Amino acid sequence: MPTSNLATVPVGVQADEARIVDLAEVTLRDLNRALHDPREVARDSAWEVLNPKGCHALAVGVDAPITVDVRGSVGYYCAGMNQSGTITVHGSAGPGVAENMMSGTVIVKGDASQYAGATGRGGLLVIEGNASSRCGISMKGIDIVVRGNVGHMSAFMAQSGNLVILGDAGDALGDSIYEARLFVRGQVKSLGADCIEKEMRPEHIGIVQELLDRAGIADVKPEEFKRYGSARTLYNFNIDNADAY
Amino acid sequence: MTYHNPPTTPRTSATFDEYSMSEIRRAAATGIYDIRGSGAKRKVPHFDDLLFLGASISRYALEGYRERCDTSVVLGTRFAKKPIELKIPITIAGMSFGSLSGPAKEALGRGATLSGTSTTTGDGGMTEEERGHSEKLVYQVLPSRYGMNPRDLRRADAIEVVVGQGAKPGGGGMLLGQKISDRVAEMRTLPKGIDQRSACRHPDWTGPDDLEIKILEIREITDWEKPIYVKVGGARPYYDTALAVKAGADVVVLDGMQGGTAATQEVFIEHVGQPTLACIRPAVKALQDLGMHRKVQLIVSGGIRNGADVAKALALGADAVSIGTAALIALGDNDPRWESEYQMLGTKAGAYDDWHEGKDPAGITTQDPELMKRVDPVAAGRRLANYLKVMTLEAQTIARACGKNHVHNLEPEDLCALTIEAAAMAGVPLAGTDWVPGKSAF
Repeated sequence: MPTSNLATVPVGVQADEARIVDLAEVTLRDLNRALHDPREVARDSAWEVLNPKGCHALAVGVDAPITVDVRGSVGYYCAGMNQSGTITVHGSAGPGVAENMMSGTVIVKGDASQYAGATGRGGLLVIEGNASSRCGISMKGIDIVVRGNVGHMSAFMAQSGNLVILGDAGDALGDSIYEARLFVRGQVKSLGADCIEKEMRPEHIGIVQELLDRAGIADVKPEEFKRYGSARTLYNFNIDNADAY
Repeated sequence: MTYHNPPTTPRTSATFDEYSMSEIRRAAATGIYDIRGSGAKRKVPHFDDLLFLGASISRYALEGYRERCDTSVVLGTRFAKKPIELKIPITIAGMSFGSLSGPAKEALGRGATLSGTSTTTGDGGMTEEERGHSEKLVYQVLPSRYGMNPRDLRRADAIEVVVGQGAKPGGGGMLLGQKISDRVAEMRTLPKGIDQRSACRHPDWTGPDDLEIKILEIREITDWEKPIYVKVGGARPYYDTALAVKAGADVVVLDGMQGGTAATQEVFIEHVGQPTLACIRPAVKALQDLGMHRKVQLIVSGGIRNGADVAKALALGADAVSIGTAALIALGDNDPRWESEYQMLGTKAGAYDDWHEGKDPAGITTQDPELMKRVDPVAAGRRLANYLKVMTLEAQTIARACGKNHVHNLEPEDLCALTIEAAAMAGVPLAGTDWVPGKSAF
């Protein structure tokens, strides 16, 4: 187990200011411990993290309605399993940002690497740049908005939730998809097994509009998107579908 | 006078035996490969091929019932703030709610708790009855992440990252639609009645370097309190163990090909992976080479049936064993009391393995409300506790006979092998010789 050089994370200067944690001086363990401590998050609802320098597992397991602003780029699994927190990465994020998020909001100002929002169950993930492959893999209720493009195999085995892509999608979008909804404004290089284009009905326009609003995107219209989802032909094993398995 | 050649006895083929021919006919009729539960049924070198030597002039025994032979084990001593302390070196393996009924999961928790050991969740998440009745509960992190959430992660006593299992190393899973009740569907965030696939790879990491970071994330979320196990199927035990240690595991769980599954292709179960016996010594060697034997604990599973199997696994270097199929049998799986119903399903008691179909007469591998009622969690838990007690007493008996005051003091030197194959796999001498195939000259 890593040891720390500080017993506690320093408290912000004033109660109404963000509590600043400089990872050049404080260990990741001390930061995460403080973010998990009910007394600490009750005392300080706004946190600012300096010098993340690509560190992994930053602000994971947050379970309080706090804001965390990370000034720089992060490594793997930033904001993993977030509950209620609003975590903003003012940089780019490594693989698995907001993985298995339960609720709250995670915003990546830059690009996100693989598996963004993987298995997420709730909350909103906004990626203002591009997302790499497998964005939204196995998503289970999370909403994801990507301002740029997404890589191949995005929404693989996606179970529920919404993935809104303002740019293009790579190969095999929505492969083996279940009940998640995919909305793409740009081009789709190819669709994966059992993923088809579907009618964009009024309720879907409403869903996209709401997600764009929540993501703070005002220069795009929901009517510009196409909807993709499951053909539901692989829901029960059928030997005649062997080529698709 | 006519001459008649005497008829020869009808001869069946050793290659195209009765089972093989029935499988060809079944495949030709259905066009579907056979899916079933349980583990490998073919005969492979196993613990039965080993014998303990016992005490002699050069080794003195401990007095049965008088001189203490300890069975306790502590798991997770490497990094976790709160290692798990078990009274016996036998744990209950991961089996999912969904695959198993709620009462069966509760019974496993009750039996394990009565015995001072742990039980394990499975693909499908943690149920309240399982958590409520399990004093020590290991929470699995599986590729599907069905039911995964930070609350359950934090209220678990240990966390097991499942990379593979012995019945199907390299394979995922499928829970067929007929077992997807409303409750199972809700826990897995999928519609009722559809097949629920479990991926073979994790969605957010690939390879040992990523696994190290994934383990870091889990440790950070749980504030470094919980032991982290890594479970691997018996494929490449030396390297898988070494890589799990490198990735930061507190405990390595190694599952041989006799280890059971809820449902997988028959061809996968019988033809992929190595026998449990063949996996233990390479895994122990990896730990020894890294200076981590007894620091990172090794749990072995796959075909453990009795105290002799437990003692042999420990003698080969394991810290504990885990049981799945045997625990289900203790609860009542494949019990002859349901023989007539097994026959109606086209099978017989002792051979029933269509666990995926949800029609289990014993009420264990089903979500049928009426069948589930056949499992009394209290009585079934008691049976499991009895069985665990017997296994422990048997292992103690053997350990005392070998002069050991703790079952962990059993060692390869206490063993010999009945076959050349078992001798080579276990790294112990062939009985009556000092020959260890592959290590010494005959």
